[in-house]
Amino acid sequence: MTLLQIAMFALGALLIGCLPRSIRLWVLLIGSVIAIYVLQPDVPSLRRLDYVLPTAALLLSAFCWWWTLPQRQITPEDRLTFVIAIGVILMIAGTRLLAPEWRIVTAPPDPIHVAIVLAGIVLPLAWIARRIRLGWAILGIIGLFIALKVDPIAMWIAGLWRGVNGQDVSLATPVELEWIGFSYLAFRLIHTLRDRQTGQLPALSLREYLTYALFFPAYTAGPIDRAERFVQDYRALPPLDLARLQAGGERIAIGLFKKFVIADTLAVIALNSLTVTQAESAWGLWVLLYAYAFRLYFDFSGYTDIAIGIGMLYGINLPENFDRPYLKHNITLFWQSWHITLSSWVRFYVFSPLSRAMLTRQRKPPTWVILLTAHLITMILIGLWHDVTGPFLMWGIWHGIALFLHKQWSDRTRRWYQQLKTRPWRLRAWHTFGLILTFHYVTLGWVWFALPDLGLAFATVLRLFGGG
Amino acid sequence: MSLIRAIIKAAVLFVLIHLAWGIFDLTPRLGAITFYNGLIPGRERLPYGEDPAAYNLSLADMGAMFASHRLAQPKAPDEYRVVLIGDSSTWGILLRPEQTYAGQLDALKLIAADGRRMRFYNLGYPTLSLLKDLMILDQALAYQPDQVIWLTTLQSFDRSRQFDSPITRQNPTQAGRWLSFEAEVRDPTLIGQRRAIADWLRLQLYGVMWGITGVDQVYPVTYTPAQTDFEVDLRWNAFASPQPLGETELWFEALRLGVTRAGPVPIAFVNMPILISTGVNRDLRYNAYYPRWAYDHYRALYAQIADEEGWQYLDLWDLIAPTHFTDTAVHLSPEGAAILSDRLLDLLSMNPIQTLHKDTEMIQSG
Repeated sequence: MTLLQIAMFALGALLIGCLPRSIRLWVLLIGSVIAIYVLQPDVPSLRRLDYVLPTAALLLSAFCWWWTLPQRQITPEDRLTFVIAIGVILMIAGTRLLAPEWRIVTAPPDPIHVAIVLAGIVLPLAWIARRIRLGWAILGIIGLFIALKVDPIAMWIAGLWRGVNGQDVSLATPVELEWIGFSYLAFRLIHTLRDRQTGQLPALSLREYLTYALFFPAYTAGPIDRAERFVQDYRALPPLDLARLQAGGERIAIGLFKKFVIADTLAVIALNSLTVTQAESAWGLWVLLYAYAFRLYFDFSGYTDIAIGIGMLYGINLPENFDRPYLKHNITLFWQSWHITLSSWVRFYVFSPLSRAMLTRQRKPPTWVILLTAHLITMILIGLWHDVTGPFLMWGIWHGIALFLHKQWSDRTRRWYQQLKTRPWRLRAWHTFGLILTFHYVTLGWVWFALPDLGLAFATVLRLFGGG
Repeated sequence: MSLIRAIIKAAVLFVLIHLAWGIFDLTPRLGAITFYNGLIPGRERLPYGEDPAAYNLSLADMGAMFASHRLAQPKAPDEYRVVLIGDSSTWGILLRPEQTYAGQLDALKLIAADGRRMRFYNLGYPTLSLLKDLMILDQALAYQPDQVIWLTTLQSFDRSRQFDSPITRQNPTQAGRWLSFEAEVRDPTLIGQRRAIADWLRLQLYGVMWGITGVDQVYPVTYTPAQTDFEVDLRWNAFASPQPLGETELWFEALRLGVTRAGPVPIAFVNMPILISTGVNRDLRYNAYYPRWAYDHYRALYAQIADEEGWQYLDLWDLIAPTHFTDTAVHLSPEGAAILSDRLLDLLSMNPIQTLHKDTEMIQSG
């Protein structure tokens, strides 16, 4: 989100806050749909992608709602929501009639063409969707996610898109295909589909579902809310009052300071593939790495504060995503306080089911094997969720091993730790040691996160300790 | 309500700070505060540049610029301090700090006859203007130099172009001491000085990267070499055709002002080497900057004035072969800079102080 977008979203809350509740619910949906077009960056090399990708996000969300419907019964409100959503899609295409500076996307297509294409795609897909089982829908979203994250596939899709638009296919690159917010959208959609599969998801109207999936403050960088929690707020959507204005404004101000003052300043001296090769000494590398660690935290938690603050202004209390993670004294606590909503999601949908499946096997492997496997797979998935590359795989392994080792350590030292609790000074000293150790382990892990090349990352770790 | 109270408090606080900043004109005081030469090493040359990848920037505050230079370190009792003033050639475009004239001379680790260690400081600053050089000299004198070497070229002398260097216009008080002009009214308030404050902050941040990487310039893999073939063109700046050039056109007075300002600190003047083209129309022009008529006039005048004034003066205009120039007719390669640095030692020998190598081998005696 840019400063202008943040200001627009905050100002929107002030205007919407004055409307009656029934209208506010609709405005929040329409605003969210328009916002995903505003947030999608223009990709000049891939024509009209800034229109197509948000439209695809909207249609995909609508289909997922359909799959989550308990009785497949559509209400008049759902029909109206669908008509409004299609209307917004066509209206954004219709902005082609306006001067370029007033358009929401750079090159809106002809609304008539859009209508024809939608009819040609939506109707057959709706027919297919009725016959697809939920499990296949989940696999489909995972497949789409993998396609976007695996460079050769993403490049092939970019080439395909270039071909359709009569552009030079040979110039296609994977980074062109930047679908903003899809990583988070996929998590929300999979959560609803899986919870529907297990019967835990409450019935949601199309309006509620779309607003949940596309809620613009959290669309690009989370937090990843749960649908049942979100709709509680949405259904009770209160008008904007001074207390919420203050709380939301305060949170936005903190977020702006973290992101645009601290993080952007630290970015100048943070580790990256250029600065790492320029650093002349190990101590210099450590400075770059510390700057990267804090920049990452302030950037991400700043965005989260802004999202939560804007959410508050609209009456939605998004979940917290950070809880002073660098002050935790072990790696397990760190992961309970860093990107909390992602960690919880993965724990809920990957770690627990995987561990359970292995535990309930007839020939059950040793517990330590189950734990190591579950930790490694979970953390590797989180790593690869960022990008399917060697360094992110390594980052996942780095944290998976740490979580496993900490679990082994805490299991074996539980009695000693209980005794330590009776001696406050020793406990404090132990926690301080743990904090320093955890912070440095996590910080060293950022080397894999920051550098795009596995060899360079290994060499950097060596250089940090005077080697290489 | 606490929200309204907070807004009122913030507004009052902002207005107070804003006014105080303006009334006490705090920007120059801020410039003197620096992480350089303490937390981070001082820069080898004055901050200059527009590319963030070079961890460098051009800023208006000369106090902040000097505070970031290693010249701002306290002078040791056994130090003999030599500062080199000049343009981009002295600053060292396309040269690493150790390849510049000051860098190469400093690496010799010379020891003066009285036992003091000779340290050379690069105070070159890109842009061609003697007024800018005077302002830098004025500021440099506060750092107790024992000798100044002032390297110049004709282009810096054009009286009508002294304010082409942005730093002269951005510092109207300092510039106005030497040459009168109509300065824009400066707004000393917090809002008026926001650019200067942001530049100060960036200078400190880039200093961290300078300390870690030693990078203060982006070195391109390739560059366009200086032009050697010319059209039939006799122009030099505003002068369309050959005509006598005197002190009305060329601001030699700046050098006199510099000598007066420096007082007991000796200044040695150097006419910088230029590219002498061997290409098309070489009989009309030495290079893209200078037609032969203008440059020959200038050299003759410079020699005459230096002689009349009794200045230490070295005319090195044809010292360097064309192969040792890089992207312009005044920028030298590392090899060219080494040749020039060698000749600058001659200047030191003109000084009553003898210079010796670190290993006490005598190289010059006065």
